[in-house]
Amino acid sequence: MSDWLTYIIFFLLAGLAVGSAVAVVAQRNPLYSAISLIGVFIALAGMYLTMAAPFIAAVQIIVYAGAIMVLVVFVIMLLNVEEEVRRPLRLRYLVPVAVLLAAVFFAEAAFILYFVNDAPVAPPSPAAAVNPSSVGLTASIGAGLFTTYLLPFEITSILILMALVGAMSLARRAAVRPGDLVVPGAAVLTAQTVNPARVGDATPVRAETTAEAAALTGLWDRATERGDDE
Amino acid sequence: MDWLNNLVGPTAARGILQLIGINVAFVVVLMIVAYTVLAERRILGFIQGRLGPNRVGPGGMFQPFADLLKFIFKEEIVPDKSTRFVYLLAPMLAITAALMPIIVYPFGPEITIPFTRITFPLVVTRFDVALLYVLAITSVGVYGIALAGWSSNNKYSLMGGLRASAQLISYELSLGLSLVGVVILSSTLDLYSIVEQQGGWYGLRWNIFRFPAPQVIGFVIYIISAIAETNRVPFDLPEAETELVAGFHTEYSALKFALFFMAEYVNMFTVSMLATTMFFGGWQGPGVAAFPALGIVYFLAKLVCFLFLYIWLRGTLPRFRFDQLMNFGWKFLLPVALLNLILTATVVFFFGA
Repeated sequence: MSDWLTYIIFFLLAGLAVGSAVAVVAQRNPLYSAISLIGVFIALAGMYLTMAAPFIAAVQIIVYAGAIMVLVVFVIMLLNVEEEVRRPLRLRYLVPVAVLLAAVFFAEAAFILYFVNDAPVAPPSPAAAVNPSSVGLTASIGAGLFTTYLLPFEITSILILMALVGAMSLARRAAVRPGDLVVPGAAVLTAQTVNPARVGDATPVRAETTAEAAALTGLWDRATERGDDE
Repeated sequence: MDWLNNLVGPTAARGILQLIGINVAFVVVLMIVAYTVLAERRILGFIQGRLGPNRVGPGGMFQPFADLLKFIFKEEIVPDKSTRFVYLLAPMLAITAALMPIIVYPFGPEITIPFTRITFPLVVTRFDVALLYVLAITSVGVYGIALAGWSSNNKYSLMGGLRASAQLISYELSLGLSLVGVVILSSTLDLYSIVEQQGGWYGLRWNIFRFPAPQVIGFVIYIISAIAETNRVPFDLPEAETELVAGFHTEYSALKFALFFMAEYVNMFTVSMLATTMFFGGWQGPGVAAFPALGIVYFLAKLVCFLFLYIWLRGTLPRFRFDQLMNFGWKFLLPVALLNLILTATVVFFFGA
């Protein structure tokens, strides 16, 4: 009875995952692709649950479905990406390569299914034999991350931190454009924006009045004209 | 329950029982939500010096059902230029994501049905990662709002949807971080165990007072972020009617609008449940050990206090400006939540949990 239920749940989730994955590639509308990708992630989270790994399942949803895909959907909505029109294929020579890669992939899957399955099962390691029910649980994962796998964990953190700093430095505004508003009194400008010669110099430059700020950014003429009108 | 085990096997029997539990929990929560809406309208009425709806039934008791009938019989209008599939999907996502977390909240301790030997805890399912599950489903709830705003093909809806997604992503971080302090103290993510640990000592074991690291800062950050997460006053920018008509649900009518409306109140309810569970001892209270059924009364009483706080805030506070909202979330709440996390971890390291 329980085996029967497990099979039903597995095939439901697997069908959802594969169907959504095909939809990701097949859809012309980028937002539909994004929604399908969320479906894939949720189906995978369900699979992890059936494999007694609730922590991985929850993290899968929080990180992928909840954070990364929200960002993707956000960008698609913000840029209002239009539906892609059907065009004749470019890079036609890639088609046989794709077919070949797909064939290799299927062969690998078949190999695992038919040969590895028949291999004799290795005796369970003593660590797993102590308490097999706690393997996928939060406490055991936490203990593993902070003892045995501390170094990889820290290196991953540093990698993510580097990506964060990189994004910040890329997103930093390089120069003030004519239409930008400068707030007097706030140290919003850097030496680099005031004088293009001082590339990379992020020392803040303070402006106390609107006229001063305008002069700093080279918008002095327009500011004085406006002042005369008042 | 033996006859059920014999009939369909243990796994299916557990599944059937949980299905019943889920339905009972949903019906209870939706009834309370219906009366929260009524309470909000009446209390707002009193705050503003008027009566509020009091015509249907004694003191307006049947107003929620009248509202529901009205929603059902209204005309469904789907905008011509909308993205139809996504437009219909969005309200379903919103209400599903709002209702799903309910199944892990402990409503009460183990109770025994009188005159029988049937004993069960008042929680649908105990789950090793219950807290993470709640946070995960909350983060999926963004899609309902964002997709509703996008698919309506209306600039006000789109602005509302964008604002809502930005706000939800920003405040989710401080919401999650504010709860980590409690997790450090209780060293589990299972909500039922977290509540069990808060018993005794006349309420001084509640996580908000608990030695060695009282989670007062954590609670304040949590409640601010929770209000922002549920898009309520003073953080209701996604539906600021003076700027955006009605925000992301401008183009929704009849029952589809009702689904968004219900989702908002169910969200309010679930974040209040989480606050009660994590900081105020859940169902713990005087006499629970002797009469376990009292637990559900304490739980609901604490919940009602939080719901009242929401309504009270709505009656008294003005709305934030959007840049203020973002600065507050990222530059104040998030650093303070991190500080609370570091403080709690340090104190627990030296004094033990």
